[in-house]
Amino acid sequence: MDSSEVAVRFDGVSRLFGEVRAVDRVSFSVRDGEFFAMLGPSGSGKTTCLRLVAGFEHPTEGRIFLSGKDVSDVPPYERNVNTVFQDYALFPHMSVQENVEYPLMIRKLPAAERRRRAGEMLELVRLPGFGARKPAQLSGGQRQRVALARALIGQPRVLLLDEPLGALDLKLREEMQVELKAIQRQLGITFIYVTHDQGEALSMSDRVAVFNHGRVEQLGTPAEIYDHPRTAFVAGFVGISNLLPAAVAERIGAGSRSFSIRPERIRLATPAEPVAEGGCSADGTIRSVLYYGAQTRYLVGLDAGGELTVVTQNSDAGGPRAAWSAGERVRLVWSRASERPIEEGVET
Amino acid sequence: MPSERRRHRGKSEGGTRPGLALRLAALGGILFLHLPLLFIVLYAFSAEDKSFVFPPPALTTRWFAVALEREDVRAALLLSLQVASVATVLALFLGTMAAAAVWRSSFFGREAISLLVILPIALPGIITGIALRSALNLGGLPFSFWTIVIGHATFCIVVVYNNALARLRRTSPSLIEASMDLGANGFQTFRHVIFPQLATALLAGGMLAFALSFDEVIVTTFTAGQQATLPIWMLNELVRPRQRPVTNVVAVFVIAITLVPILLAFYLTRHGQDAAGSGR
Repeated sequence: MDSSEVAVRFDGVSRLFGEVRAVDRVSFSVRDGEFFAMLGPSGSGKTTCLRLVAGFEHPTEGRIFLSGKDVSDVPPYERNVNTVFQDYALFPHMSVQENVEYPLMIRKLPAAERRRRAGEMLELVRLPGFGARKPAQLSGGQRQRVALARALIGQPRVLLLDEPLGALDLKLREEMQVELKAIQRQLGITFIYVTHDQGEALSMSDRVAVFNHGRVEQLGTPAEIYDHPRTAFVAGFVGISNLLPAAVAERIGAGSRSFSIRPERIRLATPAEPVAEGGCSADGTIRSVLYYGAQTRYLVGLDAGGELTVVTQNSDAGGPRAAWSAGERVRLVWSRASERPIEEGVET
Repeated sequence: MPSERRRHRGKSEGGTRPGLALRLAALGGILFLHLPLLFIVLYAFSAEDKSFVFPPPALTTRWFAVALEREDVRAALLLSLQVASVATVLALFLGTMAAAAVWRSSFFGREAISLLVILPIALPGIITGIALRSALNLGGLPFSFWTIVIGHATFCIVVVYNNALARLRRTSPSLIEASMDLGANGFQTFRHVIFPQLATALLAGGMLAFALSFDEVIVTTFTAGQQATLPIWMLNELVRPRQRPVTNVVAVFVIAITLVPILLAFYLTRHGQDAAGSGR
């Protein structure tokens, strides 16, 4: 990768809080113009990484580069990076217009230009005509948009988003996902997006870094992360994971390594069904049935030990049977190619 | 139906209404607190200047003119205004700094410092007074205008500090980060974000401090040299009276000058609560 294409680079970065390693020797690069998600549970170090890029934290070890320049000791107000905060952090004593103009006011731009550009930004986030209102008079989703406009008006190279949709309800969150993605495409700015929601990370990003215990467990495209989880943690955190320990795998004749398999790769069949070439099967009993409308989720207890989750689509073109019920004996059938061996020695 | 509902509501309201005895007791309490004030105001207009007789034989506004003419009244009033203003400005500066330090950073002994700042208002004024007097003597400082200011600043700082800290604690720390993130340095962040958040709290704290300083007697007694502030002058006047109603006229001034800032402070902080909480 050419260094001019790199927006942000972490080089062996650690951040310690007392004895706690919030970020532990992390190295990765974010490409210019990329929608990059940092995904992980709370306390995994993803937000600290974001704050390191913003300049609110400084690395204890290692260096951070923005566009090839070492910024490890540069204060936030001298970095060409802006942040959308989780609580929006709108200035309550200023109107929407003043909030959006704030970065330009600090740079002492002429009032006419400030007004024009703030107008454009409010247009971009679809809040034209809201300039005179106070933040307290806006809904959560509108405040979110104002925060976005304020962070974008200074034309940063990198936009940092700290769980920006966390406080919104589901419907609004889905709308904003589409819109954020569209704005990122339109402006061509690098977005670094922190979230604990794996659905958000998979649907919006070009690449995802999965964080755990202050380290990057896996970095790749959403499809790579989902289809080829390298560790048990990634398999479990992203999507529904079926993890079979080595002992169970051996008993059902699926080799001697533990592996994970995605629930939609498994087919439910009657116990009498023959297993095809290159396939694998395990018999068990349905323990519970969860109906989700478009899908149904079955939890199957295996005779060999352990449990597997199976997801079936409730479409007309569906399988041989419409529904199964709890307590029924079933045979689970899958292709060997769908098994994903898990790196040994990695604990969840 | 509506009439029935109305009757129901009336009944439930009657249930929460206090009894006659309680209402009389409350009225008695309020009269006990405020009737003497009314007498002060009334006798400022009394035509009789040797003793207080009720009712006053005649009413006059003459004493207001007399009070304003008297050199000792004007000197005392001026001194009190000056002391209160300087002590308030000092308190605004130091109190805000102390509040910002305690809020922003965590350091060893932070809670102890916080307690030490608040202590002067909990401590009896006479202790503060004696302590300051002996400290000033030990330091060889002559009693002056400035020693009174120092004495008053001890408790004025507390009021400002408490107001500022309460407001800061309701302010989201991410506002400061947002400002820095958007290109503002420390000074610009203070000017455009922190100060506007604090403004009404500081105004309220400042006015309260001013009012406290303006009618302070005990600490002033111990830290003043030959000068008499307005309350000290009044105390002296009661001991050796001449033109009694003039004292009452001055008392009316004091009531006005202290009451207005306190009411305004109350009004401002009440409003400030909504404003400060709304941004989150």
